[in-house]
Amino acid sequence: MKFAGLLVMPAGFFLSIAALVLFPATNPAARGGFVLCGLAVEALGLVVAVRGHMEAQGKSAL
Amino acid sequence: MMAGSPPVLTETTVVLVLVALLLAPLAIAGLALVNAGLGRSRSAAQSLLGSLALVAVAAIVFALVGATFAGTSGGASHAFSLAGKPWNWLGAGPAFLSGLNSAPARAQLEVLFEFLAVALAALIPWGSGADRLRLAAGCAVAAVMAAIAFPLLVHWTWGGGWLAQLGVNFSLGAGFVDPAGAATVHVLGGLSALVVVWIAGPRKGKFPQGGFATAMPGHNAIYILFGCLLALAGWLAFNVAGALLWVHAPLSALPGAAIDTLLSASGALAATFVITRVRFGKPDASLCANGWLAGLVASSATAAVVSPIAALFVGIVAGILTPLLVEVLELAVSIDDPSGAITVHAAGGLWGLIAAGIFSGQAGQFLAQLVGIAALLGLMLPLVYLLCWLLNRVVPFRVESDGERIGMDLHELGGGAYPEFVIHRDDSYR
Repeated sequence: MKFAGLLVMPAGFFLSIAALVLFPATNPAARGGFVLCGLAVEALGLVVAVRGHMEAQGKSAL
Repeated sequence: MMAGSPPVLTETTVVLVLVALLLAPLAIAGLALVNAGLGRSRSAAQSLLGSLALVAVAAIVFALVGATFAGTSGGASHAFSLAGKPWNWLGAGPAFLSGLNSAPARAQLEVLFEFLAVALAALIPWGSGADRLRLAAGCAVAAVMAAIAFPLLVHWTWGGGWLAQLGVNFSLGAGFVDPAGAATVHVLGGLSALVVVWIAGPRKGKFPQGGFATAMPGHNAIYILFGCLLALAGWLAFNVAGALLWVHAPLSALPGAAIDTLLSASGALAATFVITRVRFGKPDASLCANGWLAGLVASSATAAVVSPIAALFVGIVAGILTPLLVEVLELAVSIDDPSGAITVHAAGGLWGLIAAGIFSGQAGQFLAQLVGIAALLGLMLPLVYLLCWLLNRVVPFRVESDGERIGMDLHELGGGAYPEFVIHRDDSYR
């Protein structure tokens, strides 16, 4: 589960980069929204990785 | 390809940066003391010897491998083209620092800054692995950081890489701004600390089955608090030198950068002091030390970029976040981080980078900072985890159970830091 979370995180990074490539500087709202979505995906990946760590520790989920 | 050339430094600036960098090792000394103080007495000598060894390993590996990939601003680099934009991703400096003595003063100062920065970064995960991370494993982690992760990040941020070029290529302010290593040193070090803690696991008895986390307080508050004072001197030096080297601040901006640093640390300490006083009835020395350090870490991103009042605000927020996050990580997420490095360096650094975007007042800067953070979390954390996971197969991170019981000093060094003291039994081993 930890590995799954860590694999999701680069996807969030590439989403953020895609925002820069796909949206022109004249559309900062769309760019910013996409970058934030990328960060949200990374945050989800981190949460999954942390939950994987907690399961390994024998603790209850978040 | 060659990146755009940075401004040439005047002789006065060269002397000023050099003097500042000669004081910067105080930050390393301070952090080493804090790490030793927050660990147990039976691991204190291993902690400090480890700090020396890690600095040495990081410096040697960076000289042999990392410096080539990190490069210097305006130096040779590797880049590819995507969507009509250049993506400068790796430095192509001379191998083994050849020709450094005859290089321009700026290039030599940049390399010196990077040496000190990698030494500081290497110490961060060492503190988190206190009391169970083997010395050989700590050195191996330092070597991997100095050879791969740190040079990549340094090139992207300071060496004219794609993060630094976000302003030119995508109209995002001045590009990703990291004046004194909030990202390259502290967030990278903090994320490495998280990885080390994940792989090494908690100290024995820290999280008993069906019970609350056991409190394992640091063994020497004097080391911790004096380390914080030493760190202030080192951070002032790092922030002043970084302002001149990496954001090309004028000499007139340097007193402001130093004031920002002090205000950020002061605000953070005051906030942590008040919060721990309210929550526990008395201020907590080790959490206050963590708050102070978190303020300093945040200042690494904001000094010379924001106003003094903004720096104070940044510090206060860092000081509020620190004790709360330390508690969440320990009690809710079962992460045993004796030095609090994940909170102090990773979270403090991330907050500083965000604040630099908020308070810089430049259009697009906030987005540039977010893209930098996305690279740190989305690329660096998985990369460091992968490297450390592989490393753990070769050099096991965690000491044997018996070594943890008798202490790292006796197990790894054959003698303790306090041979005349009576070693008390630890309740967690009953």
